[in-house]
Amino acid sequence: MLLISNGRVLNPASGSDAQRDILLDGDRIVGLAPHGQLADQARGAEIFDAKGLIVAPGFIDLHCHLREPGGESSETIETGTRAAAHGGFTAVCPMPNTRPVNDNASLTRSIVERAAAVSPVRVWPIGAASIGSKGEALAEIAAMKQAGIVAVSDDGHPIANAKLLRSVMDYCRELGLPVIDHCEDSSLFAGAVMREGKQSVRLGLRGMPAATESLCVARDVQVGELTRCRLHIAHLSARASLDLVRAAKARGLPVTCEVTPHHFTLIDEDVEYDSRYKMNPPLASREDREALIAGLADGAVDAIATDHAPHEPALKDVEFDKAPFGITGFETAIGLGLELVHAGKISLMRMVELFTSGPARVLGIERRIAENEPGDLTIFSTEHKWTFRAEESASKSRNSPFDGREFRGAPMATVVAGRIVYQR
Amino acid sequence: MAPGEFPRTVVSFRFGHMLGIEPLSAEEIVFLLDQSKPFQEIQRHPLKKLATLRGKTVALAFFEPSTRTRISFATAASRLGADQMNLQAESSSLKKGESLLDTVRTLDAMRPDCIVIRHSSSGAPEFVTKYLPLPVINAGDGTHEHPSQALLDALTIRDRLGALEGLNVTILGDILHSRVARSNIHLLSKFGCRFTLCGPAMWLPRELECLGRAGTSIRRVTRIAEALEGADVVLTLRVQQERLHEPSLSIDEYVLQYQLTPERLRIAKPGALVLHPGPMIRGLEIDPAVADGPQSCVLEQVTNGLAVRMALLFLMIGAAADTPPEKESSHAAD
Repeated sequence: MLLISNGRVLNPASGSDAQRDILLDGDRIVGLAPHGQLADQARGAEIFDAKGLIVAPGFIDLHCHLREPGGESSETIETGTRAAAHGGFTAVCPMPNTRPVNDNASLTRSIVERAAAVSPVRVWPIGAASIGSKGEALAEIAAMKQAGIVAVSDDGHPIANAKLLRSVMDYCRELGLPVIDHCEDSSLFAGAVMREGKQSVRLGLRGMPAATESLCVARDVQVGELTRCRLHIAHLSARASLDLVRAAKARGLPVTCEVTPHHFTLIDEDVEYDSRYKMNPPLASREDREALIAGLADGAVDAIATDHAPHEPALKDVEFDKAPFGITGFETAIGLGLELVHAGKISLMRMVELFTSGPARVLGIERRIAENEPGDLTIFSTEHKWTFRAEESASKSRNSPFDGREFRGAPMATVVAGRIVYQR
Repeated sequence: MAPGEFPRTVVSFRFGHMLGIEPLSAEEIVFLLDQSKPFQEIQRHPLKKLATLRGKTVALAFFEPSTRTRISFATAASRLGADQMNLQAESSSLKKGESLLDTVRTLDAMRPDCIVIRHSSSGAPEFVTKYLPLPVINAGDGTHEHPSQALLDALTIRDRLGALEGLNVTILGDILHSRVARSNIHLLSKFGCRFTLCGPAMWLPRELECLGRAGTSIRRVTRIAEALEGADVVLTLRVQQERLHEPSLSIDEYVLQYQLTPERLRIAKPGALVLHPGPMIRGLEIDPAVADGPQSCVLEQVTNGLAVRMALLFLMIGAAADTPPEKESSHAAD
């Protein structure tokens, strides 16, 4: 038994915010009561003193890359999930763009089994929508669902063919799986390495306009309307895209979206010739960032997702235009989320929602602290001062633009299935 | 500034890199142009070789094919008495898949005193400076900057017109993809020049107006007649034929709309200068009568390129030699 004692328990699903003790037994929550009231029931339990800390439902990351199989020099399921636990995540959803691509049940099973053996957190794989994510033929989605996928996506390779997208969505509606799309019009993308704007022109780097993303979002929303399948827009970065999501939601369509910490923190003007600032979608304009923050605050955005994308130094330490897209994100996500809270842009409750019940709803599950719920908790401080050092990261990779950044607030303990898997 | 008196910023520049024009001040540019003057003289001497950099080595790392700039830097190094290491894209180990970083580290291990880099990736020279302890000169990076070209253009303009201040400069061609245009805008804007950029609309994004010193007047014009009105200097860019495919603009269409012809040049101020960074394609972006006419500065530009590059090498290697040993011990500390 584990007693999380006297923390400030935030429960976005119910809106409750109170000092509580939480008792976990086995892999479940068995008690939730005002401080001291579980004393009899908790006799002999291990006690975690959460005084002064926030206790939240376990954080879920809808979007990450664990690189196994095929990219083990950059990350493995073991190192990636350890970094996730350090970042306060209790469940992560790895994208299928491994080598080979996770487009079949046997690969899904091998990921799930490997995770069961080495991962401190829950691993909920996302399966490919098409075979090899090539955008040609449907992957074995039903078989992958049986093996454990929670959504489908051809992340990194947007589904270019609208007819195929329609088939995927028709099929997934019946399977009850959300379709996650990395929205990008490849003809406008055209080899770009950052957002088009003053900075791309100044640096002489090939830029892509915001419409590269929003054109595809517009198409996806319409195909979604045709099929009534749940559609989730990955790493949304542009105001125009968010406007389309808002309009779709207003029409009652099952459309959701996520925003990454780097897109609500950095902008294209931060890009110099440092590949740690290179990711896809690229850092957007200042106006876009303001629109994303407004969406995080008012509910238009459903989740914060990291798009944790590790790349070993040999891949990333090259000319800017030759470097692969992506940055690591697990360990800095809470710190960056809290920057919005400290700046008064979003409430603490809203931040917790964006990491918990928000992403859970995208997956069609619930996330709350209550008796008989899974014993997954994220315990964090809103005040603890610390500096992120990429070289001390639990990830195998170091490609973070936040190396050396000072944070106010940090994950203090991560509890998965009733067990503390990480403690600062 | 009195002769021989260096402003502080210039002194610090002498031990750094030459990555681009953008961060330089007008005073530093004037200093560099003044430093080029004696080297212009040398090009007229029957014996052109100095011993200034004897015993020094310049590494020329040209990762992108280049003839003029490479020969210009090589000749500049030779005339200063420096030895050279030559790396060319066609013969380089890059063809065998070696990374830029490994290639330049290998060059560095042969202990050159300076490395001159030409690369097709914007920012590649700056990237290299993060890993190497020696001075880096950018000889053109992607679509970013080509500082020695802008300096030689400025030297040419100053010689012909007497000053750089307040000129009306028209740039013709593919501005978006031109490092020469960027470096020239950065440089001349520091002297209050006004710019008219002219070319097909897809090469003229609005963001170009933000280049140069804050508050610089930059207008974008798609009609060449309008662009040439009142011009003191016309900078014609090479049209990269590979770019013509990109937005599917035909060469004939470009010639029809944008070729600099004698009739069009008459719209500019009398005696307006015509500059071209080369290689020049007669009959495409420029009419031969203009290229060979009295307003053309094309060959002076080439000669001035030697002077400017000699000055740069002298300042970056020769000046560094005067520094105390601990400042030179960067190799040992590596």
